[in-house]
Amino acid sequence: MNTIEIKKISKVFGSKTALNNINMSIKQGELFGLIGADGAGKSTLFDILVTLSAATSGSASVHGFDVEKDAKNIRRIVGYMPGRFSLYQDLTVYENLNFFASIFGGTIEDNYHLIKDIYEHIAPFKERPAGKLSGGMKQKLALCCALVHQPKVLFLDEPTTGVDPVSRKEFWGMLKRLQEKGITILVSTPYMDEAVLCERIALIQEGEIMAIDTPVAIIKSFTHPLYSVKSKKLYQLLKDLRNFKETYSCYAFGQTVHLALKNQDTTAIIIQDYLHGLGHENIEIKSIDAGIEDCFMELMKKTAE
Amino acid sequence: MEASIKTENLTKCFGSFTAVNNITFKVDKGEIFGFLGANGAGKTTAMRMLCGLLHPTSGKASVAGFDVFTQREQIKKNIGYMSQKFSLYEDLTIKENINFFGTIYGLSNTKIKEKTEQLLIRLNLMEEANSLVASLPLGWKQKLSFSLALIHDPKIVFLDEPTGGVDPITRRQFWELIYETADSGTTVFVTTHYMDEAEYCNRVSIMVDGKIEAIDTPDNLKKLFDASTMDEVFYLLARGASTQE
Repeated sequence: MNTIEIKKISKVFGSKTALNNINMSIKQGELFGLIGADGAGKSTLFDILVTLSAATSGSASVHGFDVEKDAKNIRRIVGYMPGRFSLYQDLTVYENLNFFASIFGGTIEDNYHLIKDIYEHIAPFKERPAGKLSGGMKQKLALCCALVHQPKVLFLDEPTTGVDPVSRKEFWGMLKRLQEKGITILVSTPYMDEAVLCERIALIQEGEIMAIDTPVAIIKSFTHPLYSVKSKKLYQLLKDLRNFKETYSCYAFGQTVHLALKNQDTTAIIIQDYLHGLGHENIEIKSIDAGIEDCFMELMKKTAE
Repeated sequence: MEASIKTENLTKCFGSFTAVNNITFKVDKGEIFGFLGANGAGKTTAMRMLCGLLHPTSGKASVAGFDVFTQREQIKKNIGYMSQKFSLYEDLTIKENINFFGTIYGLSNTKIKEKTEQLLIRLNLMEEANSLVASLPLGWKQKLSFSLALIHDPKIVFLDEPTGGVDPITRRQFWELIYETADSGTTVFVTTHYMDEAEYCNRVSIMVDGKIEAIDTPDNLKKLFDASTMDEVFYLLARGASTQE
């Protein structure tokens, strides 16, 4: 039995379809990523799974409990970290943690072993009101509060949004260590680079799942030949490659352009000649493997076409 | 080269806590300047001083030629500002938002009409002109918000994490708008947590514990730190910070 089963879930708000026929299964102990931009439907799906809102149609279960009929049972066994900080701003770090432990009928000490690694970072600030913590600290506190009752499943809705890259890396390190303790973790994120840290991912766009698989398998499914192209003037390069007849798509990636070609016959020499003819200097072209972001954009493009 | 922004030992203290500690740097006209730093490093405080929103404690700075101590109102009139947290009035239509921002920046009715048409065509929003902003997807809101920050043709535009959470295609479309803007001579001062966006900038600075620990082109910084990406450079600099909470 899968830990989380989602069957044909749809959610409609008036005339807007926020989720359209979602089907997904998540296994026990998996670290599963839901990858998509704002407005894709990630939070809406999470709200249904943690029993905060009802689906318009379809069914879902968490650990065998139905989200509609067994909401109470689900709430006892899940830990939830919502997209926006929603702990008590005027209670201290310690008071918040104590509160959450006690409403689940326990104490902080009961499951301290689970949160110890994380809590150690914020322990020096335990008398500080939660509202006065920095973004990274709030995140750590929220994670502790979600774990303090030893949940079987952890739902983290965009836990790293708006947080700097160093704190983000640290956070994912913590998640990996939690996974080793046997907790099933479902994380949503708009950051493509975090996708590769998950065992399996679902790419979601405009309420629909574009792909579900391991990051490696999704990367292998990228269908076009891909090159990284660089020249002295990035912006001009982008415009010129867009006008190149062999281009399927081209997107800026830092200081290079990722160029996906329509077919295999176009070689680096052909691209080079084209750019040289337009006056580009210091041209560098190399064949590369696709990353998750390349795949995501290719799928977005395909869905739109 | 004319400097758009110039600071010298700019400092801000809150009681005994020094949020911004003697920062000195300049940004040239037409540059795309990336202002980076971990949460708690002092970026937001520094930006607020440069936008005329916060009185500095000591040091000197000028923005668009105006002094940050004595000419804060002139600064506000001559800069554009866009933040992810607040962009537009959701319960007004697109046209009403354009009208509102145009008016508060002191544009004439004729100019507002001209700008409205330009904007709607450029962003392909002619059909949605009379729809509420709330009905627009996030990516479109960002682009509209950016365009409105420029409606009065300011010399400098400040962008505070403008692309947070947006899908990768829209993010790139947004950066193309930034390129066009810089190409036409407007200075762009941007903060971001996306390190690949740091690579789009002409130069970046990285703040750690209230100080600027590095400032150079992305290429030079990567060479200096023997890193292959800006992500690595950032990680090397920011992870040792004490206020990196």
